[in-house]
Amino acid sequence: MKLDVSAMENNFAAHAAGGEDDGGLFGAGADLPAMELPTCPADFDGFQKETKEMLKHKKGTTTLAFIFDKGVIVAADSRASMGGYISSQTVRKIIEINPYMLGTMAGGAADCQFWHRNLGIKCRLHELANKRRISIAGASKLLANILYSYRGMGLSIGTMIAGWDEKGPGLYYVDSEGARLMGSRFSVGSGSLYAYGILDEGYRYVMPVEEAAELARRAIYQATFRDGASGGCVSVYHVGPNGWTKLSGDDVGELHYKYYPVEATPVEQEMADAPAA
Amino acid sequence: MARFEAYENNGGTCVAVAGADYCVVAADTRLSVGYSILSRDSSKIAHLADKCVLASSGFQGDVKALQRNLAAKELLYEHNHNKKMSCPAMAQLLSNTLYYKRFFPYYAFNVLGGLDSEGKGCVFTYDAVGSYERTGYSAQGTGAALMMPVLDNQLKSPSPLLLPARDAVTPLSQSDAVDLVKDVFASATERDIYTGDKLEIVVINSAGSHREFIELRKD
Repeated sequence: MKLDVSAMENNFAAHAAGGEDDGGLFGAGADLPAMELPTCPADFDGFQKETKEMLKHKKGTTTLAFIFDKGVIVAADSRASMGGYISSQTVRKIIEINPYMLGTMAGGAADCQFWHRNLGIKCRLHELANKRRISIAGASKLLANILYSYRGMGLSIGTMIAGWDEKGPGLYYVDSEGARLMGSRFSVGSGSLYAYGILDEGYRYVMPVEEAAELARRAIYQATFRDGASGGCVSVYHVGPNGWTKLSGDDVGELHYKYYPVEATPVEQEMADAPAA
Repeated sequence: MARFEAYENNGGTCVAVAGADYCVVAADTRLSVGYSILSRDSSKIAHLADKCVLASSGFQGDVKALQRNLAAKELLYEHNHNKKMSCPAMAQLLSNTLYYKRFFPYYAFNVLGGLDSEGKGCVFTYDAVGSYERTGYSAQGTGAALMMPVLDNQLKSPSPLLLPARDAVTPLSQSDAVDLVKDVFASATERDIYTGDKLEIVVINSAGSHREFIELRKD
């Protein structure tokens, strides 16, 4: 996928060349500076984009959310990495926007954290102004509109806004390319394809909460197993008519042995002491 | 065509360790550019409030600008609210300050240490554009990848994400924590060319703060 960067192109030179009403600023003689100016790359924006990439904390991630008859389940891993280095195993990728709404983070850590914090403020202000909670559709649209206004400037966010409003459960996928999709199940991040495999296989609309939570946990676990950029802990949240609750948080290292218990292998041959010479 | 370089990496490593009622913040004092050592006595640590200390490595131009910016904002806060800024408040302020320069970032890798409102030790760790997390200990800078595995080995506590939750306090006395910090710096100095010369250690506890220096290898 190629980002649309046409908005960032440097057309200062073109303007200066064809400027008519510049008061002679760029006219004859003005192109000979009295002193030498420090050189600056023609493509300064490109330079900024490069430096940003160096510093950014990328989250290889697996997150998922789905709607079923008893609400919404949201689950995520907790690993953050910079290239091959794991910078944290304890990231909170499920953001508690308010007691009825959750957001998930995938992409740039700072971008997600900052804009979710910003969304939390906007949702609270909406509540104070209108004396009722914002709908999931409304909240996701606030975020999508902000992200669209920064489109092409290098933000990296893939998020799901999940929650319960006056119309019941709500789930939207929003990303920094400007997409905003309503749906009943999503998975986002580098491990999403592995999670989708488990999720699509086990998903039914009518399910007990425990089974839905286990499906989500297993899907994230399998993603951490196959995707090197996902790992740490698996957190699972449920959003019902009375708001969200955290159902579980399990270390993947321990979860593995829950799913694959170590069986004692039968000893075929005991090592015997050598007979005394 | 000569390219304008806005950034340089001056190297150096910062570490912070939080305990039940103390916090240790440490950084080396070497300042280099490439293979040249420009200073052996350049502090990376800024005392922003009573119970709040910031250590930053990266580009010292940006680091100084950032630290003075925060110190100024803290002073304004003090005059407006007639109290010092708390460490968690400073943590969020630093995050926002970094993100406001998202499209031309501060080349600074920060560790913020101090005491929270309950008097417990706290450490906040950042990336250059402002994503942050509260942890029990952290290392940032050129020696971070050498030090973090050692700190994990000595200090790792159960993840705060676990449910049911498990107690997650660094099980170390203040003097043991200071000794550990000295050891990890001595070890990183052996293998990281950007870390060395001197180690500045700031310890914050209910009695106040205390600063000490110890010598590191100078080669």
